[in-house]
Parts: sequence; C-alpha cells; structure tokens
Amino acid sequence: MAGTGKDHLRSGDDVLLRVEDLVVEFPVGRTGLKVNAVTGISFDVRKGETLGVVGESGCGKSTTGRAIMQLPRPTSGSVLFNDKDLTKLSGDDMREARTKVQMIFQDPISSLNPRRKVWDIVAEPLSIWKRGTSAEQASVVDKVLEDVGIDPERARESQPHQFSGGQCQRISIARSLVLDPELIICDEPVSALDVSVQAQVLNLLEDLKKQYGLTLIFIAHDLAVVKNISDRVAVMYLGKMCEIAPSDALYQTPAHPYTNVLLESIPVPDPTVPFAGSAVEGEPPSPVLPPSGCRFHPRCPNVQERCKIEEPNLRSVGNDHWVACHYPLHGGEAPVKVSTPSTKN
Amino acid sequence: MTTLQTSLRSAQGTLIEVKDLKTHFTTPRGVVRAVDGVTFSIERGKSLGIVGESGSGKTVLSRSIMGLLPKHGTIREGSVLFQGQDILHRSPKEMRGIWGSEMAMIFQDPMSSLNPLMKIGRQIAEPLREHLGMSVKDARTTAERLLRDVRIPEAARRLEQYPHELSGGMRQRVMIAIALACGPTMLFADEPTTALDVTVQAQILELINEQRRDRNMSLILVTHDLGVVAGNTDEIAVMYGGKLVEKAPTKTLFAHMKMPYTQALLESIPRLNQPSHSRLTTIPGRPPDLVNPPRGCRFAPRCAFARDRCLEEEPELTKGEQAGHVFACFYPVGSSEYEERKLELKRKSSASAEEGKK
Repeated sequence: MAGTGKDHLRSGDDVLLRVEDLVVEFPVGRTGLKVNAVTGISFDVRKGETLGVVGESGCGKSTTGRAIMQLPRPTSGSVLFNDKDLTKLSGDDMREARTKVQMIFQDPISSLNPRRKVWDIVAEPLSIWKRGTSAEQASVVDKVLEDVGIDPERARESQPHQFSGGQCQRISIARSLVLDPELIICDEPVSALDVSVQAQVLNLLEDLKKQYGLTLIFIAHDLAVVKNISDRVAVMYLGKMCEIAPSDALYQTPAHPYTNVLLESIPVPDPTVPFAGSAVEGEPPSPVLPPSGCRFHPRCPNVQERCKIEEPNLRSVGNDHWVACHYPLHGGEAPVKVSTPSTKN
Repeated sequence: MTTLQTSLRSAQGTLIEVKDLKTHFTTPRGVVRAVDGVTFSIERGKSLGIVGESGSGKTVLSRSIMGLLPKHGTIREGSVLFQGQDILHRSPKEMRGIWGSEMAMIFQDPMSSLNPLMKIGRQIAEPLREHLGMSVKDARTTAERLLRDVRIPEAARRLEQYPHELSGGMRQRVMIAIALACGPTMLFADEPTTALDVTVQAQILELINEQRRDRNMSLILVTHDLGVVAGNTDEIAVMYGGKLVEKAPTKTLFAHMKMPYTQALLESIPRLNQPSHSRLTTIPGRPPDLVNPPRGCRFAPRCAFARDRCLEEEPELTKGEQAGHVFACFYPVGSSEYEERKLELKRKSSASAEEGKK
C-alpha cells in the first residue's frame, strides 16, 4: 500500500487541485514518537469532478481534507490549487485562498453557532469580506438559503436548535456557498443523518454542484454513499492510498484486496444475499508504528513474502484505474485469487 | 439457577410478550409519546430486528422492556410478560434478579458503557460475583474463558488492561462478554455496530449471531440500518413515530413489503449495484413531533400514497397474506389504490422531466 508514485496524476488545464507527496505527522506527547496520519499521498481533482475518499477510521481521510485547507499545515508536500501552492501562502493570501475552498463537517449542529440567528450565520462570510452593499448581501443570502431549501424568513428569526439535523446540514451548505467557492470539501456530511434525510442532502449536493459549478471532495466511510456521489474514488488505509479509479470501475472490479474486503463487509439490505461475514481479521494497526512494506499486509488475505518488505507503488491496471499492490486482483503480473466468502461457505 | 438455565437452553415457546406497551415522558413541552401502543412477542432462540429512524421509539422500546428508563417523568402502560410473568411494574430492586442473568444489553458506544477506571477483568467478574455468587477465583477463570469465547487474543493479559488500552472493536467484544457472562436468555443489542468500522462491524455481527445460536438465546437487534438486519435476524419490526407499522419474517418483509414507509426507507438507501450519480428516492419532510403526533396514520403527512382517510383515521395492524406478516396501512403496496397513485406519480415526474428539457 503506497501513495508513493505519481504516475496517476493527470495533466491538463482543467486540474483544479493537485496534491503531491502530502505528509501529515503529529507528535505523541514528548515521547519522540509521531502519528503518521498521512504518509506521502498524491492525487488531483479536475474542475467539476467529485472525488470520493473512503477508508476506515484512522486512515487519514479527514486529515487529508484538512491538510488541503492548511488546517493544520501539512508536514511536507505541496497542495496546488489553481496553480498556487497553498502550503507556501501566508497571511492575507491564505485568507483570500480559503474563500475559494470551503468545508462542510459531519456534525451540523455543533458547526453552527448556537447563539446566533441562522440567517446571520449564513451572511457572516459576506460581511467579513465586505462583498457588495448590505442589500446585495441580503439578496445573496436569501437566494442561497432558498437554493438549499430553507425558508429565509424563518432563518431570520430562528436559531440552529430550532432546526432538525438535516436542516442544519443544509444551513452549513448554504454558509459554504455564499462566497462562491470553487472547491468544497465535505467531511462525512451525511453520516450523522437518517437515511431518508441523507438521501435528501445527497440529492441537494448533486443539484448545487451543477447549479454553482462546484468541484467536490467527498470524504466518507460509507462506500455506497461515496459511490453514489463520486466520479472518481480514492481508497485510503493507514495514511496511504491503495487504489484510485472511476467509481463504477472501482466497485465493479476492485483491484486492491483491501477494497475488495471493504466491499464484501457491507451488509446488503436483501435477505436473499447470504451474510458474507467478516472477510478480514482484526482491526487497522496503530499509525504510530505502521507495519513495514505494504501497510495492509498483516490483515491481507493473500499476503506474500514480498509484501512484508517492499512497499508497492501506485501503478496502472488499465483505464485510469490505479492500484498500490504487488499482487492486484486483476491487471497485475501474478494475480492471486482471494478467498471469497462464497468459496468459504 | 444453573439447572434452571440448562433446562431453558433447549426450551421452546414464547419468551417475551409485549402487549399494548406505551411509554410516555413528561417534559416541559408536554407529554412525549415515545412508544405508543406496541404489541409483539419473541420466541426463544429467535432474533428480531427493530428498525426505524431516529426518534421512532426503537431504543425507548427496548429499554422499556428491560426496565432501564428513569422512574421520574416516565409513564409506562400495557404489559410486558417475561416467561409468563408481568415485569413492567417491577421495581429496579426486583428487576435485579432478571438483569444480567436473564436479560442483558449491549449498547452503541462501548467506551462510555465501560468503566474507564476499572480493569477489564473486574468488569466482567462483577456480574458473575453479583448474580451467580461465584468466588473471586472462579469468576476470574470464567472471565478469561468468556474473553476467549468472544475471540479476544491473549485473554489472560487483557484482564489486567483498562478500556482505553483496547481498540473500539475489542471494547465492543468486552461488552458482549459482560452481557453474556451470566448466560442470559434474552439479549438486547442497541445499535451494537454503529460506532464501528465496516470490516469490524461484520466481525461483531458474526460473533453476536454465533453466540446466540450456541446459547439458544433470543436477540432483539435495534438498528437504523436495514442492511444489518437483513442478514442477521429471523424477523423484522419497523417502527415509525412510536408505533410498530410493519412486522414480518425477514424474507417475507423484503419480498412482500406492504407499508409505503418501509418501501421508501429501503429505496432511499444508496446501493452499491446502482451506477454512480443515480438519483435517490427521498422521503419529504421529517419524522413527526411526538408531543403532537398527527391524527390518523403518523406517516401520512410524508407519504406519497396517502389519501384523505389516512389523515383522519388511524390504521390498525392487520394480517397480510403471508404467515406472520402484519402491517398498519389502508392502501398497502400492491393494492389497487396504491398502483393507481403510482401511475399518477410516474406520469407527473415524466411530465416535469419533459418540461425540464424544454
């Protein structure tokens, strides 16, 4: 499992964001040890594209999202946004750049100030940046609120607690839209919501993406949700990228054993499909002392000697499908059959 | 105790019978009718999944049966028969004989359910000493065996560890070990895997099911995830707005769904076998306010198939054609009124799509 290797990066004018060799480390107290949250990953996002990032907790997906925003600044690596390296910007330049990149968080209720009126929360970015006259600002806020399905009149007189979780997430989305951003990083935006509300918010994001010409990075742990919204999906494990591919290809023909395990572990809402059971043992190891070689090797169902020593690079298995595995499930030199639950039963 | 439990291992028949259970809470806003007249029963050794959105009353229902709700401000009516005896109005002191040894519960968040200051070993031994009167030494050996049962590696070493030293999945395994310690006949699992990663979730579900079969234990699995119940339960009960709206054997439910709510819930889940960017079916609005629940069917205000009658009159649970299938709907999926409305909706959506093209 390695994010090292940059062959999968695309060239062209329409690349909006290009992240190269991103490393984020956090010190562990005064022990001299460090958490290797993200270890050298590279990816790019084209204008108008939605990149999904999936992985289990602790795989570094949220850290990656925050590192793009420089919250905190990555340990090393570059984040090129519109050909400007965000890691080199500071002060006013950085503040200016942040208006173009916005973020939506998981818990909509705690990301809104509970003491303010919802309308003011949404209007605040505009007043901070003194965009237009107050009448112009008001019309922008009203329009954005209507676009996300919140009544502006009600927003003027209500506080966040008077809205439901789904509505609060709509308000967060509205707040991220008022400055007319190019890129929105959504960090688990629907995982706190009920399925029926989750579907509403996902449909809304798709609509707004078209309407506002947005580019999205969609971080989530739910593979089905990510597939639904993304054009391209990156799978992360323990701070590394294992696989990146167009979403339909990734789900139909996963090349990395880890992606395969993830897909097989999802319970299907259909009793005629027998419960596959756990396709993998154990849990992800600690990112403080990550395993040698391929980071997935201690849990991999078809681990070989080579995987324990040598770290695989991302390489192509055809059709813009990239995998970091010595023995991918297809497209490699020596494909190894993974024992699937159907053969187990 | 032990002989009684051994005889129960192979026993058949109804274990719990819930009749017209109502659990209301008095709050400054008014009376919240969290569970409002729910009737069902569960057989020995069977598993029942209770599915619903947040606020549907699924958690309150399971805690109400077990008697785990605060006394103050809670009104409970109806009856809960456990092995033929009504336990609804027993005091916590009387319930102690049932908790642990007969009924046990696994909660969603293993970190906050375990005592952070107590070693794992003592936490498992505590119910063994309390309910089964074991000696310290016996309790310790049993605790170690239980940890091995739930497949925790290096069981002996784990007994000396604190909860924070374990991962989330391990903690949930410890919770299961504690719940199983005194050999309960009834296990409640309230969102046992919601806080866990998907690969770990599969392991924990497998473990719960295996233990249930080995011990001939009944299981009530409370969850919001239809995927989790589909592969892991014999029967499914769907709750909405404090009511049980549909219940059937798992296969029947998925094959012959009758309630438009269940149907809509299933359709709003993004599926892996759909191509990306497929439009998701949504349920408009949000769950009802249980202080002032709507008159008539509680789902009617959000239901695409509701008619005037649904807004006025409350549908009773009625039997379906399949064995064990009950649902509360006047115009269920497949009825002529349902099909008629479905056609109308289809025409409308294609008309609006046409307009969109223009």
